[in-house]
Amino acid sequence: MKNRTKLPNIYLGVILVIMYLPIVLTVFYSFNESKISSIWGGFSLKWYEELMGDRDLKEALRNSLILAALSCSASAVIGTLGAVGMSRIQSKSKGIVEYISTIPIMIPEIILGMVFLAFFSLLGLPFGMTTLVLAHTTFCIPYIFMMVKARLIGMDKSLEEAARDLGASPVRAFFDIVLPLIMPAIASGMLLAFAMSFDDVVISIFVTGPKTNTLPIKIYTKMKTGVTPEINALSTVILVVTVFLLFLSSRIKKKQK
Amino acid sequence: MSEVLLDLVDIKKSFGDVEVLKGISLGIHKGEFITLLGSSGCGKTTTLRIIAGLETPDSGKVLLDGKDITDMEPHKRDVNTVFQNYALFPHMTVAANVGYGLKIRKVPKETIASEVEKALQLVQLPGYDKRMPSELSGGQRQRVAIARAIVNHPQVLLLDEPLGALDLQLRRQMQLELKRLQKKLGITFIYITHDQEEAINMSDRIVVMNEGVFEQIGTPDEVYNTPKSSFVARFIGNANIITCQRDGRAVTLAVRSENILINDPDNCPYTATVLEKSFAGGMLRVVLRLQSGEEIVASRHGINIKTEVGETVHTGWNPEHAVEVEE
Repeated sequence: MKNRTKLPNIYLGVILVIMYLPIVLTVFYSFNESKISSIWGGFSLKWYEELMGDRDLKEALRNSLILAALSCSASAVIGTLGAVGMSRIQSKSKGIVEYISTIPIMIPEIILGMVFLAFFSLLGLPFGMTTLVLAHTTFCIPYIFMMVKARLIGMDKSLEEAARDLGASPVRAFFDIVLPLIMPAIASGMLLAFAMSFDDVVISIFVTGPKTNTLPIKIYTKMKTGVTPEINALSTVILVVTVFLLFLSSRIKKKQK
Repeated sequence: MSEVLLDLVDIKKSFGDVEVLKGISLGIHKGEFITLLGSSGCGKTTTLRIIAGLETPDSGKVLLDGKDITDMEPHKRDVNTVFQNYALFPHMTVAANVGYGLKIRKVPKETIASEVEKALQLVQLPGYDKRMPSELSGGQRQRVAIARAIVNHPQVLLLDEPLGALDLQLRRQMQLELKRLQKKLGITFIYITHDQEEAINMSDRIVVMNEGVFEQIGTPDEVYNTPKSSFVARFIGNANIITCQRDGRAVTLAVRSENILINDPDNCPYTATVLEKSFAGGMLRVVLRLQSGEEIVASRHGINIKTEVGETVHTGWNPEHAVEVEE
């Protein structure tokens, strides 16, 4: 009988090891002195130093940050407006529209990437930062939309009515009352969107131009020549940033409750 | 009191297939305390929302001071509302909540500060200006909601069951305070409640609502003592509704339970069986079944009805206590 109660814990342990071992190894080997990944040559920060000196990587990092900032800001505006607008509509098509709005999360990325590629070349857009921002904004919108929608459902409708009753125009009531109350949801959605944009490879590869590299693309191309310790270091940096953003996002979400 | 401030003219409103208001009309005087009384779903909140501008009627008119405001947006109306759930802005301090209406009207900051202080004093919450709504008790939130509305000196103040969430003792106290406040400010109050005691305690006039129509409009004395319909008689003061023959035609009478006589030498022409005896709220209630099958309730203060369950008694009422009502 005792074994029976232990079994779930063993199962959980195995799953966790399988899931996180590669990540732990990557972080571990990023501090490896030796150039060959499989041999431990002592602790060192030299790969991080090398990373700092790599101009291409810095350029890619800058691109990634700009891309993530622009697309998560744009999607914040569009997603918020969408959620607020949808909350006021009482129609039968509402459910369908809401479903369609969240579809980009469910469509395989490779399909999205191909679709963007075909669409942008049809429009004749120059591939580069513009197309990257457009594509990333599109797949970031659902995160904001869903967060804000959830917040609005829990919000007392009479608050806005009270503001109107006290003399606020609809626009004024939105900025004074509704926006401050949904701000935590927008912020947490934006952080999530930032993280999603920052580490996206598949869609970016399809829509980027020859001269614009993002950090994940850079890693991917470097990997073609084998896993270098430098990549391990870079992955660790990205990992830390992403985990931090997701942590912030969930903190904000918890706080608003 | 004679001047009509707010006029509702034949207002109709439906939500989908449900007709919530079936053509209601009412003239409300300046400085009047008027109560819309009815059970939930009778359309009283919808009436209030139409006056506030939060709903548009399908037909009919709302006139304020002679001006047609039927299609005017809520923020342009000189009407303020105290919402049922208070609707305080959770991210603003008490002072910011109360001063919100003034701030929108671009009143200078110093004036806002002094007006807010005055309003908080009126609702007996001085010194609470820096608190957040979440730090207040239900009764205190209620007072802030009232202060937030009266600080704007509206022509009409709408109150949607403002005391509904408070306990009985606090409710009694707030009833008195609200009445006092209304007299002091001279603002017209339109008050919604489903509690007949509250309506009788506070109102100049009571409007009894039932299924989207005004059953009766009158002073507390009128609706209590001379109910027009059986609904009003039942709703206000729990009267017995009895059908009987008078001058060869069937009439419906309303007789309050305290006026039902048992084994009185005069006025007791009916025979009845005692079905039930119960004691609650200082009153003894006795349920009687008449020979016609109708059940009536007699009640007395104390426990001074000398009958037992199952016993046969004589019952009736003094004719002057019976009011003829519409079915």
